[in-house]
Amino acid sequence: MPRKTMIEAIRDGLDVMMERDKRVVVYGEDVGYFGGVFRCTAGLQAKYGKERCFDAPINESGIVGTAIGMAAYGLRPCVEIQFADYMYPAYDQLTQEASRLRYRSAGDFTCPLVVRMPTGGGIFGGQTHSQSPEALFTHVAGLKVVVPSNPVDAKGLLIAAIEDPDPVIILEPKRLYNGPFDGHHDRPVTSWSKHELGEVPDGHYVVPLGKALIRRPGAAVTVLAYGTMVHVALAAAEETGIDAEVIDLRTLVPLDLDTIVESVKKTGRCVVIHEATMTSGYGAELVTLVQENCFYHLEAPVARVAGWDTPYPHAQEWDYFPGPARVGRALIETMEA
Amino acid sequence: MANSAPLKFHVPEPEVRPGGTPDFSNVVIPEAGSVERPPVDAEPESIRKLAFSIIRVLNRDGEAVGPWAGSLTDEELTAGLRHMMTLRAFDARMQMAQRQGKTSFYMQHLGEEAVSTAFRKALAKGDMNFPTYRQAGLLIADGYPMVDMMNQIFSNERDPLRGRQLPVMYSSREHGFFTISGNLATQFVQAVGWAMASAISKDTRIAAAWIGDGSTAESDFHSALVFASTYKAPIILNVVNNQWAISTFQGIARGGSGTFAARGIGFGIPSLRVDGNDFLAVHAVAKWAAERARSNLGPTLIEYVTYRAGAHSTSDDPSAYRPKTESDAWPLGDPILRLKNHLILRGIWSDERHKQAEAEVMDSVIAAQKEAEGHGTLHSGGKPSVRDIFEGLYEEMPPHLRRQRQQAGV
Repeated sequence: MPRKTMIEAIRDGLDVMMERDKRVVVYGEDVGYFGGVFRCTAGLQAKYGKERCFDAPINESGIVGTAIGMAAYGLRPCVEIQFADYMYPAYDQLTQEASRLRYRSAGDFTCPLVVRMPTGGGIFGGQTHSQSPEALFTHVAGLKVVVPSNPVDAKGLLIAAIEDPDPVIILEPKRLYNGPFDGHHDRPVTSWSKHELGEVPDGHYVVPLGKALIRRPGAAVTVLAYGTMVHVALAAAEETGIDAEVIDLRTLVPLDLDTIVESVKKTGRCVVIHEATMTSGYGAELVTLVQENCFYHLEAPVARVAGWDTPYPHAQEWDYFPGPARVGRALIETMEA
Repeated sequence: MANSAPLKFHVPEPEVRPGGTPDFSNVVIPEAGSVERPPVDAEPESIRKLAFSIIRVLNRDGEAVGPWAGSLTDEELTAGLRHMMTLRAFDARMQMAQRQGKTSFYMQHLGEEAVSTAFRKALAKGDMNFPTYRQAGLLIADGYPMVDMMNQIFSNERDPLRGRQLPVMYSSREHGFFTISGNLATQFVQAVGWAMASAISKDTRIAAAWIGDGSTAESDFHSALVFASTYKAPIILNVVNNQWAISTFQGIARGGSGTFAARGIGFGIPSLRVDGNDFLAVHAVAKWAAERARSNLGPTLIEYVTYRAGAHSTSDDPSAYRPKTESDAWPLGDPILRLKNHLILRGIWSDERHKQAEAEVMDSVIAAQKEAEGHGTLHSGGKPSVRDIFEGLYEEMPPHLRRQRQQAGV
């Protein structure tokens, strides 16, 4: 089977759903004729026509606001925000409208909407093209939040999101678009064509929302990660020689707590990692859940590794990014604690 | 330096404040019947002046005059009068119910009854309104049961929204009434999306967006105009200019543009101003815009010039920021009185019939209220379930909410 990049996998997922379901419409900035700045929608306008895939004005609240109206009408809009950093004008629409239509109308209106946005750093994007705002979404009642870490999941989660009856935010780690990235920026870039998770099945399949996956079974310590940090965690385990169990959360809301609790009860240790800033990040929620559910099994304090609590700097990108060295240190400290 | 004079900061002020004499001399009121009625496919550039005038049908004598007259039959007009009277009676009873502690909050329509009731009659079944909190006339004119509105206001055991929403934030897909958010302007752009979806689906249904003068300042208003203009969405963009946004006069949102309708001109959207207290004019203009939308001619922006005669809500006291007599001085009069006089002149109505209709309407409102109160009010009687807090956020309840529901003991 020919292997696909994450970009090709996402495009394939959109293609499969546009083919299967006439209600699926795709739009966003540069999404139509050109096919998106990351090329995730390339060819879709030519294949499905301008009524199903089109360019939008540079107006994120308008993109999401109109998509909410379309979803309420009965379509299945899947819109792109060009960078997660650009989503703030749409935040009001997502947090107070999309998330609440079903609830406030007691099911009279619903919002089956998907909003895709590239997230995270690693491409020298500076402050405005590197952010990881997932915690701003996980804090909102009524949204679902997904972060894929590889092409197979990216397609399967996307299809699950489009078929979901409620609004889903998909944060696509842009540094993973073209290849798995373990944080070693000074080593040659690897491609998904050399990775088994680039082997994307053809046609329709679903990776269900709310199901984590153990990427590396281990007995010593549990690492909770998602997106790019899954690959960083795997590298850190390899390099420290610590037998870490790496869990790829895949969906942050709803969260697969059972898989987490089972693992931490087994290992007795836990390190939580994400690229987003530390304070009030999603890691704080994970640490709390581990504490609430596994306290009497813990043999060490639960550790966090995250981006520093500053804006994402440009030139110092690799001093900011929580790479395998920082994660490895946390693993060693947690084992020694 | 060519000019060293200090810069001046400008903050618009209304003509009059409490204690002053109301003055609407700045509101230019054209004669009824004097504004042209262009064909629906007129070039937007050719009808720009409609954004700066006021389309009126009923003149001072109560006659329907000019090119916009004649869009309604006798039966439709008497029904319209009854809808406005019902809305006013409904408001009076619910305002009182709030004062009696039967609900936490209410918002009335006093003086603005024509806008939503007349507009509803220009739409067809299946069209979708995205209303604000001051368009309950859309429901009343479409026959939505008053008792269901009251059940929502009282947040009782029959509340269709299960106690989750602030009073008056109704929802009825069946009656073409989108769930009201309570936030301002957000729904204006959603309505455009709904209209785009209808066009994408090759449907025949159209959408109507609603916003007040104050919230046109929100960026969502601008977003809506961009998308409506770009995609020629089949939509009517309604701006209800009732002069006041809580305590803030309309000049703060309007700024330097002459009118709110004028906002549409830069987008190439045909934009009209209409006498919002003239039932016939509101209907005629809405019908014109609906025909445009349904004929693939794209969006229309309508500014309804009216006056919020009551308080913003039950939490507001307008005497703190405007003269108490300002409402009486409003030059476009009272919409119910104006339609009543027109129907009398037309020979199909009388003072006696009006009195009788008032009594009938009040009886029906009181009967509905009695029935609704039988199902509970905010602090007494039947209530929505505590389980309703947790249910219906997602189609399928996720594990974390199931755990929290258990913690709540329900």
